[in-house]
Amino acid sequence: MSRLGTVFSELNKAKRKALIPYIVAGDPERGFTVSLMHRLVKAGADVIEVGVPFSDPMSEGPVIQQGHERALEHGVSLRNVLEMVTAFREEDRDTPVVLMGYANPVVRMGYAAFADACSTAGVDGLITVDLPPEEVADLNQELKRVGIDNIFLISPTTPDARIGTITSTASGFLYYVALKGVTGAGNLDADAVAAYLERIRATTDLPIAVGFGIKDAASAAAIAEYADGVVVGSALVDAIARSVAAGDGLEGAAGVAVKLVEAIRHGVDSRPSAA
Amino acid sequence: MTAETHPDKYASVPDEHGRFGQYGGKFVAETLMTALSELEALYRELANDADFQREFDYDLAHYVGRPSPLYEAQRLSDEIGGARIYLKREDLNHTGAHKVNNTIGQALLAKHMGKKRVIAETGAGQHGVASATVAARLGLECSVFMGEEDIQRQALNVYRMKLLGATVVPVTSGSRTLKDAMNEAMRDWVTNVDETFYIIGSVAGPHPYPMLVRDFQSVIGREARQQSLAMTGKLPDALVACVGGGSNAIGLFHPFLGDESVRIYGVEAGGHGVASGEHAAPLNAGTPGVLHGTRTYLMQDENGQIMHTHSVSAGLDYPGVGPEHAWLKDIGRADYVSANDDEALAAFHRLTRIEGIMPALETAHAMAYAEKLAATMTPEQHIIVNLSGRGDKDILTVAALDGIEL
Repeated sequence: MSRLGTVFSELNKAKRKALIPYIVAGDPERGFTVSLMHRLVKAGADVIEVGVPFSDPMSEGPVIQQGHERALEHGVSLRNVLEMVTAFREEDRDTPVVLMGYANPVVRMGYAAFADACSTAGVDGLITVDLPPEEVADLNQELKRVGIDNIFLISPTTPDARIGTITSTASGFLYYVALKGVTGAGNLDADAVAAYLERIRATTDLPIAVGFGIKDAASAAAIAEYADGVVVGSALVDAIARSVAAGDGLEGAAGVAVKLVEAIRHGVDSRPSAA
Repeated sequence: MTAETHPDKYASVPDEHGRFGQYGGKFVAETLMTALSELEALYRELANDADFQREFDYDLAHYVGRPSPLYEAQRLSDEIGGARIYLKREDLNHTGAHKVNNTIGQALLAKHMGKKRVIAETGAGQHGVASATVAARLGLECSVFMGEEDIQRQALNVYRMKLLGATVVPVTSGSRTLKDAMNEAMRDWVTNVDETFYIIGSVAGPHPYPMLVRDFQSVIGREARQQSLAMTGKLPDALVACVGGGSNAIGLFHPFLGDESVRIYGVEAGGHGVASGEHAAPLNAGTPGVLHGTRTYLMQDENGQIMHTHSVSAGLDYPGVGPEHAWLKDIGRADYVSANDDEALAAFHRLTRIEGIMPALETAHAMAYAEKLAATMTPEQHIIVNLSGRGDKDILTVAALDGIEL
């Protein structure tokens, strides 16, 4: 079983929910990312989602766009991100790492070379925002060859007929985008999310994580009632950026990130149905 | 719509997946997939609907002012002494460029879908103006996304859009030009997809846009083909058009693709010279990749990051190109060349002084190459250049480049 499969199945047995923080690789500096990943695991992260910087991140709101821009100022490439995962794996053999990004850097590297490099580095899953099932067959073949999960987004606009297509193409887990919009936007309606997750569960046994719009312990707890995992992205990227801008230094920024993730962990674990 | 003049090879693209050979497709976030499918289904239905076609043709005739003339540039041709140069006068359309052909068509689609709001991206502002114009006419809310750098160099068009009632949204991310405006328009669309129709201005973006924009713009080539036969008794020997995203070019080229005797040239923006790296010529110096929902040639670095582009013309300042052009390049049906900033500027002045026609700086790239090409040909041959837009919007830019303060 893949690391993702193992983690979700153990959490399920323990009636716990996955906490999945998202950070942008190399934001604000190259040397920051690997140590931050370790600290997020200690703070309660079950899976780490690592954003691969791209010049044109079309689905990101301003907060994560700026994270990509900061990383690109240091020239952080897909190869560099894979090096970071390699370094992370030297100390952590258990926590799944999922790369999230856009198609072009992967296309440029070549699907076979990318799959091999992910496998060598110890990447467990991939989310490519702009590779819907219709465009993913060639890459999927390569990922399957090396046993890496391909995780797909499902959105509130996805009709039932497509949900089945997506769930039958996906592995690892599914990522429900709780909002029509870009990352970091708006407020979540937990009831609407709950209703939609029912429709997805009718087609699949894969775990479902929910993201886009979870910003604190309360919103994470509300969503964790219904989802198998929650993704926290913009709130975390923003907290780090603000801390750095306030002059806290990298150490201070890491501390702020840890505090936020600990708080969300607590929120998720003390949701009403877990009490 | 134009299948009768084409061998199957050209009429059958894109396929049902929106692909032109290995190019095209739908590389977008899941949230947009359903909107694209609905748009495609509606378009496929309306493209064969006589009432819709009548409505489109009526607007082109009575609102845009079509057909646009084919004009023999006699003095310019005499001066060059080679092939006769004919200009397809898209600059005489309402709003001053070819862009309106497409916005009329897409606004009709928006109306059929019951959308109350339209959005558009713009570089030079021509597509933004054309979108704001049709929005005003149909009483639709309109937001136009425009890079901060382009807002500065196209101030006249910005004010025109505001006069037409559109909101011009400055885009401050990335290189602050057309590609970033398109990112921001996509972000707006993904957020407001239920009530908003995205009027893409070029043959770029995800399927079905490259197909439907091509179909709406193909009126240019259909008219030019008939006009050439009527005026000269034969088809042209060559076609020339500038290529940014490539909508005016595909509009001229497409109805001639099956006429194998007609040579086809797309002219990209050479900026400071293709060798300098500071240009916007992905078909000349780029590699295939995925951007803005489509697989096509891109200006990108070895890590797949999209590179900054440079062109004196905001409308050509784009690191990608429509997927059909990528395919036409690969199969060898069209040649893609380039003209530098300086060459375009010289052509701008020459056409203005010799023919009394002031072309847009984008269009001036096509003129620059057409002059070179004509010089290698004979007076019995003729070339059609798509005079895609008028140059009023560029007067301040030209004055600044000439060191004149207005």
